[in-house]
Amino acid sequence: MSAVTRDMSFAAVTARKNEIMKASLGIDFTDFIQSPIAFDYERMMGETGYSLDDIARIQFDSKVGNTPLFELKNLTEAVRAFAGPGKGATILVKDEAANASGSFKARRASISAFEAHKKGYKGMAAASSGNYGAAVASQAAMRGLKCIILQEVFDSRYVGQPEILEKSRACEAYGAEVQRLSVGPELFYQLLMTLENTGFFNASLYTPFGIKGVETLGLEIAEQVRTRYGKDPDAVVITHAGGGNLTGTARGLLAAGCDKSRIVACSVDLAGLHMASDTDFNRKSFTTGHTGFGVPFATWPDRVDVPRNAARSLRYMDEYQLVTQGEVFYVTELLTKLEGLERGPAGNTSLTAAVTLARQMDRDQIVVVQETEYTGAGKHHNRQLSFARENGIDVRVGDPRESVPGKSIVIPERLDQVRGMVQDMDKLRMSYLKNAIKAHPVEHWNDGDYAFVAADLKKDVAWVKAALE
Amino acid sequence: MSKIANKGTWVEIERVLLKPEERSPNLPEDTRKCPYVLRVSGFLQEAAELGDQVKILSIIGHEHNGVLRVISPSYSHSFGAIVPELLTIGIQE
Repeated sequence: MSAVTRDMSFAAVTARKNEIMKASLGIDFTDFIQSPIAFDYERMMGETGYSLDDIARIQFDSKVGNTPLFELKNLTEAVRAFAGPGKGATILVKDEAANASGSFKARRASISAFEAHKKGYKGMAAASSGNYGAAVASQAAMRGLKCIILQEVFDSRYVGQPEILEKSRACEAYGAEVQRLSVGPELFYQLLMTLENTGFFNASLYTPFGIKGVETLGLEIAEQVRTRYGKDPDAVVITHAGGGNLTGTARGLLAAGCDKSRIVACSVDLAGLHMASDTDFNRKSFTTGHTGFGVPFATWPDRVDVPRNAARSLRYMDEYQLVTQGEVFYVTELLTKLEGLERGPAGNTSLTAAVTLARQMDRDQIVVVQETEYTGAGKHHNRQLSFARENGIDVRVGDPRESVPGKSIVIPERLDQVRGMVQDMDKLRMSYLKNAIKAHPVEHWNDGDYAFVAADLKKDVAWVKAALE
Repeated sequence: MSKIANKGTWVEIERVLLKPEERSPNLPEDTRKCPYVLRVSGFLQEAAELGDQVKILSIIGHEHNGVLRVISPSYSHSFGAIVPELLTIGIQE
């Protein structure tokens, strides 16, 4: 059909999703799909055709990977100063800001760009208001591919979130066309139209390529911790939004044989703020790594721009920590002043949870914060706090537990006030089950569906059956 | 600042992609009232004035139509007004 006669309404474009995805990815998802909910996950992941060695080689060639793992000695000591006797695990951080484009997202983008180039696509497109957009633009630049990044940037007053304004700049710096959009989930409608009109590769965050690219991160952590400390990490903390960071890192750790390391998700608590709300948009001081993405993506991964999502966080998650905005800003400043490292919000979210975990863990244990990201104008915590003030948020010093997302940000006075909050994992699993039943009524489930859901929840079939009763 | 731009000037345009009634059915009340809007930058194809309907070519050579909104757009995001509460963190004692 020509562009002239094609129906470009919201409903019509959305209905063409599967055919657009097939053309823009070169993956036919119908090969893996077994029922409205179940699919052959491992076969889909294997379908990329890349081994972990291949991925590491592609990344090495594209200025990605082999990032340093630092011990945060001063922060560890600061935690030990108030942790109980024998408590205070060593905190390590994987400095992913060292990747081209300044975040771990380059690991995902590098594989998509390699694949797009290999398959002969002229360019690639991605919908991302965060680091991933910059990563795709950077990798496209290296491979001589054209690039379009779609971002949700501004509210109806045309006021842009400062962090996303910086991402627009970064993407344009790498030579990408940046489509800056107002608030709304129609970002995916515009992505579909863009893919259809350009014939570009869909550098989705949720393809097997996108997730395989993160597996090297888990593998490197395992190797670096073993080499330096002669043991496996006891816990790895992962900032969680869409689920790819957690899924890929955990799969890499498992591939390295680290099956005892506790996989801890962490998100900034933004409870009560609506992610598609024009007025709430600029009342958030975090653009990702928050519960507005973390919870819905954990409890139903298949809500994305590809028919089946390769990022399935509950498959790998042992624990889910929540932190407040004020706690993350405090720890960000502390990282700068105590460790001489100025880094951005994404990694510092899991660093904040690591403070809580280290306090509870034994001194001879190791907790790894598995990413950092760059910071700068717009992204910097000082800008986020001043912007919050401009938008009527009450910013003050005190007990972070008193903060209310969208109304107040309370910066702790002391490190021992950084305590986070644990989410109930079974509540998340029950919420997943509700979504699964919505997608496929339970009376139609066969053994394959039960087995798939059990694996997706890191539980057995008996648990799923008991929970459904 | 001039309201008129010559052909070839780097500009920013705006286009309404979806009117309020054409938007996704699953939106909160406040968002539902607003049009879904795109802004994109590129090289102006014919001389024009702010507010004119124009054509641009983006940096990768794609044509976009829309209303001319900004001539010579630039970045102005910053580190913001000082937040004194941050200054003393980590340097006590």
